[in-house]
Parts: sequence; structure tokens; C-alpha cells
Amino acid sequence: MAHHDTLTGAEILLKALVDQGVEVIFGYPGGAVLPIYDELFKQNRLRHVLVRHEQAAVHAAEGYARSTGKVGCVLVTSGPGATNAVTGLADAQCDSVPLVCLTGQVPTHLIGNDAFQEADITGITRPCTKHNYLVKDVNLLAKTVHEAFHVARSGRPGPVLIDLPKDVIQNRGEYMPPSKVKSKYKPQVKGDLKAIEKAVDMIAHAKRPIFYVGGGVINSGPAACQLLTQFVRMTGFPCTLTLMGLGAFPGSDPLFLGMLGMHGTVEANMAMHDCDLMINIGARFDDRVTGKLDGFAPKSKKIHVDIDPSSINKNVAVDLAVVGDCAHILEDMIKVWKAKQCRTDEKAIKTWWTQIEKWRDVNCLAFENSNRLIKPQYAIQRIYELTRHRNPYICTEVGQHQMWAAQHLRFDLPHHWLTSGGLGTMGYGLPAAMGVQMAHPESLVIDIAGESSIQMNIQEMATLVQHRLPVKIVILNNQYMGMVRQWQELIHGGRYSESHMIHHPDFVKLAEAFGAVGLRAEKPEEVDGVIKEMMAVDRPVIVEMRTDASENVFPMIMPGMAHNEMVLGPEDKSRDNPGSEQDGMVLV
Amino acid sequence: MNKPVEEINRHTIAVLVDNESGVLARVVGLFSGRGYNIESLTVAEVDPRENLSRITIVTSGTAMIIEQIKNQLRRLVPVHKVHDLTIEGPHVSRELALIKVNATGEKRVESLRIADIFRARAIDSTNESFVFEVVGATEKVDAFVKLMEPLGLTDVSRTGVVAIARGPNPI
Repeated sequence: MAHHDTLTGAEILLKALVDQGVEVIFGYPGGAVLPIYDELFKQNRLRHVLVRHEQAAVHAAEGYARSTGKVGCVLVTSGPGATNAVTGLADAQCDSVPLVCLTGQVPTHLIGNDAFQEADITGITRPCTKHNYLVKDVNLLAKTVHEAFHVARSGRPGPVLIDLPKDVIQNRGEYMPPSKVKSKYKPQVKGDLKAIEKAVDMIAHAKRPIFYVGGGVINSGPAACQLLTQFVRMTGFPCTLTLMGLGAFPGSDPLFLGMLGMHGTVEANMAMHDCDLMINIGARFDDRVTGKLDGFAPKSKKIHVDIDPSSINKNVAVDLAVVGDCAHILEDMIKVWKAKQCRTDEKAIKTWWTQIEKWRDVNCLAFENSNRLIKPQYAIQRIYELTRHRNPYICTEVGQHQMWAAQHLRFDLPHHWLTSGGLGTMGYGLPAAMGVQMAHPESLVIDIAGESSIQMNIQEMATLVQHRLPVKIVILNNQYMGMVRQWQELIHGGRYSESHMIHHPDFVKLAEAFGAVGLRAEKPEEVDGVIKEMMAVDRPVIVEMRTDASENVFPMIMPGMAHNEMVLGPEDKSRDNPGSEQDGMVLV
Repeated sequence: MNKPVEEINRHTIAVLVDNESGVLARVVGLFSGRGYNIESLTVAEVDPRENLSRITIVTSGTAMIIEQIKNQLRRLVPVHKVHDLTIEGPHVSRELALIKVNATGEKRVESLRIADIFRARAIDSTNESFVFEVVGATEKVDAFVKLMEPLGLTDVSRTGVVAIARGPNPI
């Protein structure tokens, strides 16, 4: 049976991964994938990071992918191994992260028999992957893997799952190199030139314009970010970024208005509300950005550049759509702008900036510091000031700490900010940081966490120690699920239903139990010291900062409200008018 | 809030897909997952050499929803072409139904008379029953079924709509 030209499915798989440029696999073994792990054992081209839970393998691959622009790779076993990966896949789907997730499956003759550790994972993941495959023939394996990587990285990126029955990876078959695979999947990358010309014309005539830029520009690559920066500076227009877009335009540039949306800045949200031209590049009018749709930028014309046609006119009807890759379209926009020798309406733009500066003068991110309690905003500002010279990669979990990090950190480069935006997955940050550190072993990688989120994937501390990944975890411990507590305080009459975690582990001892370093700061004057100590250690570190438990994230657009109806702080009277259920819309 | 009442219209959409396992589940899952209507759905292989199947979907929604449906369908990897026959020009659409009527005496004779008017054929017969085959637009099939109801209708099996654009041009 064995022929010199044939390979086992497991050999084909690893060869295909190497040919696709995979260097690291995040995974966890089990019965159905043992033949693949046996093959991994015999080689040294592919490194494997042994996680402690499959969800973390997917987040780690996301961290790897988002910080490098490459496709992340995950390998888990059938049944529970695969179902544990589902949250990670859904996260990657929401945030358009390119991944290939390999799942084991029971042998083909047992599929459908409710066999041991069998799950219909292609069925389960159909709505939360970009695409998935069940490979039934070893001779189709190489082709499927190559096509999966192509699909994951092309167009709007996303996670692709390949289900691998055990007999398929044990059978012998023929390898096919990537050059022989022709995929029919070819998303449009070049934008329609007529539409681009029209967009440039609208931009040249705008009086109160704003660039509203999202993660699509970062996904498009560093070239797209450079072109965006160039174009924004050519026009002198203000630019705001979404949570996923932070880093696409330099955070230190005076044209940058900060993040927009539910916890965005006054200047960004007010400029969005009052603009006459919105230039959306690679953002998707998410409900956390738009607020109440009826009150969203009511006086504006809207241009939408997106690679995914289904993002166009999904939530917000736009006046001009350009479908394609941001880098190509921005390049063409700049060309057309130069060729037509376009000029902006300088007088109008100057008036517009005068107005924006007034909003900026509100200084909406200011907070009342304390010399008794560590204010979370202060902690994040100190992390920023003390680490910025090392150009760190920052991951976050989900909640208040995430929003404070997004507000108070400044990113001048793309790919350095990793957060779970669309799905809002608590427990994302630590494993994502693990993946970032694997890709950038010499870099400073920090996970800014809350004490609740961190406990969702705390087991990965063991992975950090085992693989000598010196990730720094800063836990802002306010004793509560802070964002839940904030909503209960502001919207649910202060009834703190199940948001107070009365018992927490001793995080310093916990770090030590895992073999990492534990540090703690309880007073503002201790903050700088622990950050410096954390940076000096070449091992994984948990820093627990005991922060003010009552602090809330402001500004805030209450659910169901519009951009010009922000609540600026605890003293703001407009908070007495929180959104109610309007038009049958359930508030989330 | 005074929102203009958005008009809900019925559209017939033709979708050319790879004939592979799971493709129908992807299409149906997209409709259920995003809360779109399916009024009728038919699918069969149409090109064995290229391994392509054609799905005809009748759905309804506002213009924005219909645009979303088409774009979401196009986003599926095994989907190659999506055409909205309702807005792309004139098209013909047909449905086939098999209808069982249990009747004797005058009712049996009446059912045959109506079948004749509708150009339906009896394709199975016993002393107390007929199975009629009727082809036509959905409205015609509806009308036929309604007329058969008082005459002893027991069973209806319908294919759902298949549709194709008029004129020489392929999809």
C-alpha cells in the first residue's frame, strides 16, 4: 500500500502548514489528533505551544495573527477540544482575524454515530467561521489546507476551520503544493475608479468633514495605515478611530480626535454628529459606535470604503460606497487627489477646527486623581508613560479597564493594540498576549486586565511559565465586574445583582504558585515602582493594582442615545435621562 | 418617531453554488441566523461537469434587507453568483404541485372538470381518489388547491418556485 510518492495524512498536513509559512501552532492534544502530534514530535520546523484550555489556543493564535498580519494556526482534538475552541472562533469572526483551526474528528465511518468525543463541529461553527471544511479524502487534504489559508487571509479576513477525521490523517495520499491549487474565491480588492473620483470630489468640497477609520485599515496592512496617514494629513481633516482601529493613524497626531463611540471622546463624537461629510474607511457602523441610528450624524453625507460588500448599507445607509481593499483605494484616492490638484475648502475647514477645539477643551478624559486610592485611569497613564519607550504590545480583557486603556493609551503604530471588540470576550487578553509574545519574543507585551476577566483564562499562566513567555499582566482590581457594576449603577437603580465578587484569589500568591512573579500596589505612590519592577523582570509577572472600586468610565453614550447626548461624568445632569426602550429596540 | 413606512417586497433570487455537502445548510443558516424570511426554496444540481447547483429563493423584505441578503449570500465561499430576478428584468417562474383528492360521485366529476380548466393532469387514480399534477405560477397553484379543498383534498406536495430570466442571456 505504501508508495514512495505517498504520505500519511498527518505528514501531508504538516507539509502543507510549512508551505503556508506557519511557524507556530497553538494547540492541545487528544485521541483524534494523536497521529498529528506523533508527526509533530518527529520534526522541528513547526513549534507548538501547549495551552491549558482550547479557547486560549484560539485567542493566542489571534494575538499572533493580529500582531504579525499572518494567519494564526490552532490544533485541537475532536468533541470537547473543538467545542472549547468555539468562543475563540466567534471572537475571530467578529474582529476579522485570519486563523486556520484544525480540529480532530472521529473516523469517517463513525461520523454521525454519536461516537466518543464526537461533535458536529462543522455544523456548530458554520455561523461563527468565515468558512469550514470536513475533509473526507486524504487526497483532498493538501488542497483543502491551502484553500483554507487563502480564504482566511483574503478579502475580509476570518477564521477557517478544517475538520480532520482520524482515518483521513492516517491514510496515505498525495501531496499537492500551494502553486497547484486554484481557488475560485477571489474578493474584489481594487475599488471602482469612478466611485473613487466621486469620493475625492466630495472630500474636496466638504466643509465639516471627518475620517472615521476602523480595523479594516489595520487588517489591510501597514501600507494602508501609511497611506491613510498621508491622505488625512494632505487634507488636514480630523480623524477618529474605532476601538479596533487604534493605531491605524498615529495617536500623537494633532489631527487625531481620539476614539469614538459609547466611551469615545467628546471631540470625536460631537464632530461625528455635526459633520457634513463622513469618510468611513474600514469600519462597520457598529452599534457601539453609532448609538441611536435615528440621531447618527443626521446632517452628513457618508462615504463608506469596505472590502466586505455586506458591510455597506447594513446598519447605516450611505451616499457613496467603494468596495475593495483600503490600501488600494487609499492609493487611488491620493493619486486622483494629486492628479486633479484638489484643494480643500480651507476657510471652512479652519472654522470647523475652531469648533472642534472647543469640544477638545472640555478635556473629557480628565479625572479627579486621588492620593489615597489608585485611580484606574492614573494606573493606565503611568503604564503608558513608563513603557512607551519600549513600544509595547498592549492586550486587554473586556470591561472598564479595556475602555480606560483605549482612552488613555496612545498608539502610533498599527498591530500593537489587541482587544476583543466585536464579541467582547472576557478572558481574551492573557492568551492573546501569549500569542503576541511568541511572535515577538524580544518585545514588551502587556495584558491590561480586570480581576474578573483575568480569571476566565488564568490557567494560561502555566503556559507562560512553561514556554518562558515573559508577558506582563496588570490587573486593575476593583473587586467588581466593573462594567456590569457601572451599568447597574447608571441604568438599573444601583441594584448590584451578582456583580460583586466577594472572594478573589491572592493574585501575588497565585502568580508565585504558577512559577511567575507577583507584585502588588495598593497606593498611588506604589504604582510607578511596581511598573518599573515588572519591566525589569524577564519572566511572566502579575501586577495587582488595588484600584478605586467606585470609578466609572466616562464619557458615556447611554444605550439608545445619540452622539451629542453624552454623559460626561458623575455630576452630569443628562445622566438622569438615560435611554429607555424606544421603538421596541431592546437596549444592550 | 416618524419613520417612513418602508415597503416590504417579495423577491426571487437565483443563487449558483458549488454542489457540496453543507452548502444548503450555509444558505438556510444564514437566513435563520440573521432573521430573514424564506417563503420558498428549491435546489438541484444544474451543471454536473462544473459541479454546480442552483438555488431559487423567494424572500421578502425592505430594499435594505434584500440588499443585505444578497451581499450576505455572496460572502459565502461556495456561492458563485447571486441574481435578483425580481429587479434584474422580466423572468418566468413556475411551481409544480402534486395534489391528492379523495372523492366519489359528483365531487369526483367536479374535481376532474376543474383539473381540466387548470390544465392539471391526473397521474394516479383509484376508484375513490386522484393525484393531480399542476404546473404554473404560485398564484395558479394556490387557486387550484383552494378549489380542491371542498372536493376532498387530502394531501399537497409543492416544489416551491423555480425561476429563470427571460431572453437569451444566461445567469
